[in-house]
Amino acid sequence: MKINIKINGQNKTFEVEPGEFMLDVLRRNNYLSVRRGCDNISCGVCTILLDNKPVPSCSLLAAKANNHEITTVEGIQVEAEKLAKCFGEFGADQCGFCNPSMALTVYSLKQENVNATEEEIKAYLVGNLCRCTGYVSQHQAIKKYLGDSNENS
Amino acid sequence: MKIVNNKIPSVDGVGIMKGRKAFTDDYADKDSLIIKVLRSPYPFARIKQIDDSKAKALDGIEMVLTYKDFKRIPFTRAGQGYPEPSPRDKFVLDEYVRYIGDEVCAVVGTSETICAKALDLITVEYEKLEPVLDFEKAIDNKSIIHDEPEAKQMFEIGFKPKKNIAASYKMHIGDVEISLSECKYTIRETFYTQAQAHVMLEPHAVNTHIDYQERLIIYSSTQTPFHIRRIISQALEIPLSKIRVIKPRVGGGFGGKQAIHGEMLAAYVTYKTGKPAKLVYTRREVFESSYSRHPMKFEMALGADENGKLKAIDCNVLSDTGAYGEHALTVFMVAGSKVLPLYNKVDSVRFYGDVVYTNHTPAGAYRGYGAIQGNYALESAVDILCHKMNMDPTEFRKKNMMKEGETSPIFAIMGEGTEGTPMNMDTCKLQECVERGMDLIDWKNKYPSKDLGDKIKAVGMAIAMQGSGIPLIDMGSATIKLNDDGFYNLMVGATEIGQGSDTALSQIAAEELMTTMDKVIIYSSDTDLTPFDVGAYASSTTFVSGNAVFKAARKLKETMIEEAARIFDVEVEKVTFDGKTFKVESSDKEISLVDFSNEITYSEAQKQLQVTSSYVGPKSPPPFMAGFIEIDIDKETAEIDIIDYVSVVDCGTTINPMLAKGQVDGAIVQGLGMAMFEDVKLAKNGKLISGDMLNYKIPTRLDINKLTTIFVDSYEESGPFGAKSVGEIGIDTPPAALANAIENALGVRMNSLPITPEKILQKLKENKK
Repeated sequence: MKINIKINGQNKTFEVEPGEFMLDVLRRNNYLSVRRGCDNISCGVCTILLDNKPVPSCSLLAAKANNHEITTVEGIQVEAEKLAKCFGEFGADQCGFCNPSMALTVYSLKQENVNATEEEIKAYLVGNLCRCTGYVSQHQAIKKYLGDSNENS
Repeated sequence: MKIVNNKIPSVDGVGIMKGRKAFTDDYADKDSLIIKVLRSPYPFARIKQIDDSKAKALDGIEMVLTYKDFKRIPFTRAGQGYPEPSPRDKFVLDEYVRYIGDEVCAVVGTSETICAKALDLITVEYEKLEPVLDFEKAIDNKSIIHDEPEAKQMFEIGFKPKKNIAASYKMHIGDVEISLSECKYTIRETFYTQAQAHVMLEPHAVNTHIDYQERLIIYSSTQTPFHIRRIISQALEIPLSKIRVIKPRVGGGFGGKQAIHGEMLAAYVTYKTGKPAKLVYTRREVFESSYSRHPMKFEMALGADENGKLKAIDCNVLSDTGAYGEHALTVFMVAGSKVLPLYNKVDSVRFYGDVVYTNHTPAGAYRGYGAIQGNYALESAVDILCHKMNMDPTEFRKKNMMKEGETSPIFAIMGEGTEGTPMNMDTCKLQECVERGMDLIDWKNKYPSKDLGDKIKAVGMAIAMQGSGIPLIDMGSATIKLNDDGFYNLMVGATEIGQGSDTALSQIAAEELMTTMDKVIIYSSDTDLTPFDVGAYASSTTFVSGNAVFKAARKLKETMIEEAARIFDVEVEKVTFDGKTFKVESSDKEISLVDFSNEITYSEAQKQLQVTSSYVGPKSPPPFMAGFIEIDIDKETAEIDIIDYVSVVDCGTTINPMLAKGQVDGAIVQGLGMAMFEDVKLAKNGKLISGDMLNYKIPTRLDINKLTTIFVDSYEESGPFGAKSVGEIGIDTPPAALANAIENALGVRMNSLPITPEKILQKLKENKK
């Protein structure tokens, strides 16, 4: 079956299997920043934005995304670079397997609550696991990113 | 120093965040054959018959592989140097399956869906065998897990397969029994540590293809590309020269990717069919069919005199290596060799025991590598002894622990699988680590505990050491090339797995070449293009590979000055170089690096300037640390809040203080996970219960409040710019520090990990009886 999706601002048509999940469709179509970390919606690595809200693409039926809008990190390159620089400032990046998904979730948080406190950041990103960093440096980096965005708005 | 010891952002942070193609599966050919493995439903069985006819008949199925397709060549998946200190007890596929999740056969097809269908169509007839599921009953069990005649040890490691012993070891200095009998205070305690899963976020992944030179190209998410090449060549009888292993970005390893996992099957499929293939583990396979941390039992005895001087340490250890003996002996030995020297003033010490086979998911390398298990046992036992003597545990440690300039005879006796290497502690700032940690946690006011009403606040501590590579064994090397326009390529065998080694090694090169980070372009771990390195394990990269980079940079600098002298037509001694310009002493002759590099490339006695250096450590200077935990524990539910974890670390110079802190922070949180809740849980029949991330919990953001990580001033002469390694040291202290804090809070001693509220309440209940 065919689905129509506005992905990263462009209208596209994808051929998908009825039971296929969005993660597999995206990877097959070279959106390689979207990656699989687990089998059952518990790690956050496959996060994409569906109509601007973070969702795990591993459990989103591709057919359900028909006529919706999807954003991957390929669609927010400027913001991702800004966040990466904040991560760099605090040593918050290690393996980076989860970083594109983190960028999308943080970008979404920024749109919802640019003044988020550390507790609010933690709560918003709780589904984005990281095994490398111990999290603290990430929260410092995210606060910096939100603060910078706030200043510039 | 302008680059080293500075907070330089990772060289790859922006590209990775922006989602650039980077990880193994991003490089898989779109037409790759998919490989799926049928896994054993039984903990121990012989395969009587496999009927794969229906699967083979499916449209899109290329082949079904069973043990009959492979010559019986035993190898070890461990991913260690040669000859391996682990028994060669594994076959690509075997007639016997030895744990639930072991490989039965593999299907190869054009899509995941077809492969899944094919797996369903295969019927296997098993002869079920009596499994060994209790590691304390493994030795001399009537079930022998490795009865096959081909399994062997490469050198003496105490391999006795008929007794279910993968390795055994014993050492002693003095006579512990006599020493203990002379002590005023003695304690005897038993401790258990559990299996812990690595849970790196990128599952094991490999893809393979044949290139236009008819060579086998393997993209692997590995910590040990050069070992992978060697082991595949050995087990599949493919000439080494026909294999190229490329390690792209790796999404975390923590020891889990030191071993070979899907690489063997993928390599075979592509070599056989000529077609690209890939094998990506599901998360369940990562849990069930890769490997985890060795669970261990420690029977400890400690003795001290009336002045609180520790006189004797006795450790009898039993380790469970599961179905295969990867890292059996070496992890076991590290539980002694990187723990016992902390208390180097004892009269006698004994460390002995066995590593046994069971029908569990195999155990293997995992950050800390025995040291975290040993640390939990010894540092718990030390606190128990302190309580008995009524002595502040920090006082006891300051009195008895290793000091700078001292040594321990254990370094000479215990290596990793072999004899060790004697060394003095030229840098050991443990004293300062303990003192600063006490200040930061406010030990004076908080030890042992404070009643807060509903909760009790308590502190606990532990000290730790690790190593910096395996001396006289681990080799790292680096090639540096000068390009026109005055920038450099740095090629290292060292394996960036997310820990930041590409950045740290570039910093070492940039510092020595007096240039900026943008002028050093690093490429790591490609068996065709980069020089050899054993890989990312044993806390070797900063020290071993870092020294190789340092040597290469220094040699290239000398070579450039020689060439400049030739161009100037003056003696070498007259030429100076400041990173940007070559100048001739007492003359106005000078040439910029850019002009020099352009001339030497295009116009003036052209040649490529490139040097390769390698390094093998004559010793392995240990990093040290003191870890202090502050907890609030609920009196009624025993729920634990970690208020702060203070880490004061001596890792010599931090090449990159931010990345070093990242290593320690991340390791502390993994250690806390092991201390508090991470647990590979098995049902009675050996089936994994914790086979996904819902049932195997790793720490989330909400579990962590504050990490206070600092580094003391320290300069290790033998390290690059004074550095020691820092990848593992952080993981060692949390289990003991937590157990010690809990005793300080509630007066109960938790002798097994993880320390859950349920276990604490149970223990409190038992104590009341």
